[in-house]
Amino acid sequence: MAPHRPTLAVWKFASCDGCQLTILNCEDELIPLAGAVRIAYFPEATRGKVAGPYDVSLVEGSVTTPDDAHRIRDIRAMSTTLVTIGACATSGGIQALRNFSDVAEYRSIVYAHPEYVATLERSTAIADHVTVDFELRGCPVDKHQLIEVLTAAVHGRRPRIPAYSVCVECKRRGSVCVAVAHGTPCLGPVTQAGCGALCPAYARGCYGCFGPQDTTNAASLSSRLADLGMPTRDVARVFRTFNAEAPAFRAAGDRAAEHATTSEESSP
Amino acid sequence: MTHKLTTGDHILAADPLARVEGEGAMRVVVTDGQVEHVELNIFEPPRFFEAFLRGRAWTEPPDITARICGICPVAYQMSSCLAIEEACGVSVPEHIRLMRRLLYCGEWIESHALHIYLLHAPDFLGYDGAVEMAADHRELVERGLAIKKAGNALMTLVGGRAVHPVNVRVGGFYRMPTRHELLGLRPQLERARDAAVATVSWVAGFDFPDFEQPQEYVSLRSPWGYPLEGGSVVSSTGRSFEVADFSSVVVEQHVARSNALHAHLDGRTTYVVGPLARYALNHDRLSPLALDAARAAGLGAECRNPFRSIVVRAVELVYALDEALRIIDGWRDNGPASVLVPPAAGIGHGATEAPRGLLYHRYELAADGTILDAVIVPPTSQNLASMEEDLRRFVATRLDLSHDELTLRCEQAVRNYDPCISCATHFLDLTVERS
Repeated sequence: MAPHRPTLAVWKFASCDGCQLTILNCEDELIPLAGAVRIAYFPEATRGKVAGPYDVSLVEGSVTTPDDAHRIRDIRAMSTTLVTIGACATSGGIQALRNFSDVAEYRSIVYAHPEYVATLERSTAIADHVTVDFELRGCPVDKHQLIEVLTAAVHGRRPRIPAYSVCVECKRRGSVCVAVAHGTPCLGPVTQAGCGALCPAYARGCYGCFGPQDTTNAASLSSRLADLGMPTRDVARVFRTFNAEAPAFRAAGDRAAEHATTSEESSP
Repeated sequence: MTHKLTTGDHILAADPLARVEGEGAMRVVVTDGQVEHVELNIFEPPRFFEAFLRGRAWTEPPDITARICGICPVAYQMSSCLAIEEACGVSVPEHIRLMRRLLYCGEWIESHALHIYLLHAPDFLGYDGAVEMAADHRELVERGLAIKKAGNALMTLVGGRAVHPVNVRVGGFYRMPTRHELLGLRPQLERARDAAVATVSWVAGFDFPDFEQPQEYVSLRSPWGYPLEGGSVVSSTGRSFEVADFSSVVVEQHVARSNALHAHLDGRTTYVVGPLARYALNHDRLSPLALDAARAAGLGAECRNPFRSIVVRAVELVYALDEALRIIDGWRDNGPASVLVPPAAGIGHGATEAPRGLLYHRYELAADGTILDAVIVPPTSQNLASMEEDLRRFVATRLDLSHDELTLRCEQAVRNYDPCISCATHFLDLTVERS
């Protein structure tokens, strides 16, 4: 008897496609993967589709429209395991920057006829709408972590994805600390590992694209960034990028923005 | 998720379009044997990049706009750097321009190999996708994946990673790769170049429907080779203008009928950007190897059949690999990784050739570098009107095909453009037909 091949579906919400492209970037693993699972729904890769339910659903992107808020519930209902991949799906992504502004104004900046555009006020993570079995971080996700998550899902075990900070990976890689040695602002201490500590290896500070690490102390890092000479407006900006709505980054960004407004008001 | 296939007299629809980047659908309405209406519907929700760029710092667009498209992030990084550097009155030295060109070659290699082998070739060989194709043609798919992997290796070395590279900054790079590191990629790139030459002759043997497009072709033309980064704009009808004049020549309209902004020249002329346009306007700039491959594949001075764009894309793949090897061979480790770009009040324009065609950025900066206004015109929104025009003319002569066959052919006609729907910041979500 042929072994059971779990069915895999890949879904897209508001996103850049980079995380699902990461599946196709697994050049050496792609054909073996297609042998281990049955690719049942993956429109970026194939016209072929198999009706649900699905054993494993990978979801890329954030919820930004009324239709998508319904669609994710349907997808949850027909998926045994639902894994979200990437910053958009796990925290709302860069498009969550609308959450800090008036979306009606955003619409009128970009579109001549804003009334044609159906959009929600906020961009939200998939887990704000349905139960998610595992969240894989990153903007984009790391290819090796993605393979680990898929392998784990196929075998019905928890993925082994470390929850420590980028600093751990940076030390392991043997990179010189850019913050200590060069005074370069770096979000490594508050950011979850997974990228392999790329940015410090390229002589720049981490910019937090994997989102906050579990036991983070962003307030402490914010004061350190200020000590390094970063204006509070810029401190707000560094937390408000690809994971601006992740709670720890949201709090740090809001605190800095508030401080920036207060100091502007108090200056002569 | 199913999408409607209804009959008006006859409505042909394919939703969602497979093997395109992003979510879109296509709708063709035929009444009394006449094509009445063609439209591409885009599910891709708006993400408002141009709005939230306002108030950000002048140093941020390379990282932020990369997130518009995971398939061509380098294109966004390059166009944004050029525009901001122009606004600040800085131009980068030659070695930085060359390293940018090398990184861009990596993206072309990755993106073109992806489109040729995984997204487009299955149409010609009768498969739903590359995975299905691999069951019968495993070595072919593996050859495509190996070329793609070489492009990703180049992007990973120069950019730090293949999707959303971290090493690009306004003014250059954070860390310059060394000659020693670059030479390490040589064997892989050489093998990929051989595979790319074989790709050209493979795809040139496909069956192509008889179809010609009359639209104006538009691309960059630059003094330093086939256009990737920078240059001025030229067209097949003899237009020639500077990138700074782009927004006065190209007019974007937000039409209710379609759910996307359509770009036209002078507000009315439909045009095409991408490989066919670049080839027609710049084939004299190809390397000898790429030009030989083009001639052997039977390409003349221009190619007007969008279905044959796969051949031109393969020729560009040869060129990108050849050019990458040329830059690596000539590379000397000297010069800084970046130059300072102090903020200045002003307006800057930048255009580069994304794998899918010309990508334009414009930024207005305040004296402290705060972005006051941002305009981004991606290639897919420029091609959208032409895609619809192709479909209209293509369907009109093929109404006798079976429904399934015609649906497949129309999808293929859209995939000719390698549309990157998620990168089209202007695409709207108007009619979502989901049951």
